[in-house]
Amino acid sequence: MGLRIIVVLAVLMGVTGSPTTTVRPETTSVDTAAHPNSIPEMAEETGQNEVFSEEEAAEDVMATGELNPNHYPAQRAAKVVQHYLTTRYGSPYRLFGLHRVHSGNAEDVGDSGRKYQLEISVHEIISNTTQKCSAEVFFPHGQKQESPQVQASCEELLNISTKAQEEALYQQYKMNQTLLSAQNLPDSHGHIEPDMKLLWHLGIVASSFIMLKESSENTLYNMAQVANITQLETEKEQLKFNCHTLLHDMVSQEILHWKLLFAWSPAEGVKVLQMEQLPHCQHCEKPPNTN
Amino acid sequence: CQKELKNIGKFYIVVEGLESMQNYDYTKYHPMDEIYRWMEDVERANPELISSAVYGYTYEGRNITLLKLGLNDTAGSEKKVIWMDCGIHAREWIAPAFCQWFVKEIVNSYKTNKKLGQMLQNLDIYVTPVINVDGYIFTWANNSTRLWRKSRSLPPPDSTCYGVDLNRNFKANWGTIGVSFDSCENTYCGKSAGSEPEAQAVMDFVGTMVNQTLCFLTIHSAGQLILLPYGHPEISAPNYNELVSVGQAAAVEMKKVHGMNYTVGTSPQILYPNSGSSRDWARLIGIPFSYTFELRDKGEFGHLLPEDHIQPACEEAYVGALSIITYVHDKAFKNGAVTTVKHFTLASGFTMTIWSTIVAVFVTTGFMV
Repeated sequence: MGLRIIVVLAVLMGVTGSPTTTVRPETTSVDTAAHPNSIPEMAEETGQNEVFSEEEAAEDVMATGELNPNHYPAQRAAKVVQHYLTTRYGSPYRLFGLHRVHSGNAEDVGDSGRKYQLEISVHEIISNTTQKCSAEVFFPHGQKQESPQVQASCEELLNISTKAQEEALYQQYKMNQTLLSAQNLPDSHGHIEPDMKLLWHLGIVASSFIMLKESSENTLYNMAQVANITQLETEKEQLKFNCHTLLHDMVSQEILHWKLLFAWSPAEGVKVLQMEQLPHCQHCEKPPNTN
Repeated sequence: CQKELKNIGKFYIVVEGLESMQNYDYTKYHPMDEIYRWMEDVERANPELISSAVYGYTYEGRNITLLKLGLNDTAGSEKKVIWMDCGIHAREWIAPAFCQWFVKEIVNSYKTNKKLGQMLQNLDIYVTPVINVDGYIFTWANNSTRLWRKSRSLPPPDSTCYGVDLNRNFKANWGTIGVSFDSCENTYCGKSAGSEPEAQAVMDFVGTMVNQTLCFLTIHSAGQLILLPYGHPEISAPNYNELVSVGQAAAVEMKKVHGMNYTVGTSPQILYPNSGSSRDWARLIGIPFSYTFELRDKGEFGHLLPEDHIQPACEEAYVGALSIITYVHDKAFKNGAVTTVKHFTLASGFTMTIWSTIVAVFVTTGFMV
């Protein structure tokens, strides 16, 4: 009965009831228990046919022009910049996090894709310093998934030199009598053994190549865990590692398993030699056999 | 003599409970059996403040238990309700840790904090430390299960995949956006709204108290966000502006603690569109303030938040939650008098006339519109 009175009231107040109308707080300051707003609860009975496909809805309402820096389109594009910077400049002693998006702008580039211009601050995690960057991210819109293209310039990105530490670590790993191996970085309680931290960092840098490659306007990738990282024989002055990494995509809430083969030296940085996605496996006891 | 013995017995129970409570390490993650035990201890140690209730059973038949925090109301007026739940998503360990921290903070401060004591006379705060008990236990099984999100319901007939995303299963525009109908995916919304016992338990229990409930808080990780209803991009809550300002006030308080930024907005604005969330359900049935807290961090550790982050994360979350609870309390209990939360505020005089007419017609003729 209460609902019907409200409907009558709404009609009297001249609400058109278009499904796309947002109930503006200024026009109706009705603060009532059972007000269903513009799309009533009966939507739950529409079933499978009425489900918005994520991509459809995303394309339709994707922001263009000046962006709200706190809203997800700018945030997702900025996260891509974080991954790009990590692949370009990351090392066991240099890792990046996204600190803040200050401003953003998006524009369609014909049919080929959408370009974002961003002013952001990135956080260099190990030195705990923050600095501003200007960046451009282009998301191609093609039939098949293509990687975004990024350009970024940051104030003083490489100001803090990590060369000496990297060189020392490199020599240490090269001289290892037994090849290094670690699992579950971090472990279930978020813990990492101090002497495994740098291996974890290497795993993050390598994983950033995948996160960069796989990113789109409909993803937000973060590291979940380095499940396994194993040092292989040094080859041509490059340290080599096998790595099983777990990535988290915030949008789908899925955990993606990837296997990587990568090389590292202070001179060349991290280079991914092979990468392969492992099939989606519900709580496997061990990774499935892949050739 | 018998009465004295009885009192001595009660005293020892309280002391025993107090000791266990004080030995409990709130800066560590605890498995479910320890959390169940802790709930018993905390209730035993604080009989004048805390009572517990089992309000449902998980898919695998485990108790879904809450702690009710409140003091005897001396004024005798109707108590209002605050709801807080943690751990709807199994892998978000910082959330149950926060619910336990929250209870501990209240216990340790209500006797000396006058405002808090006053609020607890007017309010009952219902805290569920772990809603998705099956999922939480599963994440403790071994290294490969740690990142499980959903419940542990059996696979549907045509599938081998377990579990439903409980935060897509509530009766709130269920199945419309931000969900998957594939039981193998992490946002699988179940076979129908409220099909999952864990979600249904919340809806049944809170449903009986909806008229008294001022605020519904659901705690998650990660991302450092304060989400307001609704998850659907084309629906706005009628008190959107107030929800934003109260959320922002909470974020301001949270930042004062350790400098961490929490972004406030609807899910479609700052995260992604979704449907069937508990937060949306609460707002839809009329609870005026409903928020999802996404606690630390912003991606460095994600769900695997180190234990040495528990304290700072909980300290700031506590301040944020209390900020909202205090606001809704003060709004309902202005000047010590209870004001009902449900009242119509009509913008135009014309409409007021129409409304009075309808009411007059109804009253005189008994005709139901």
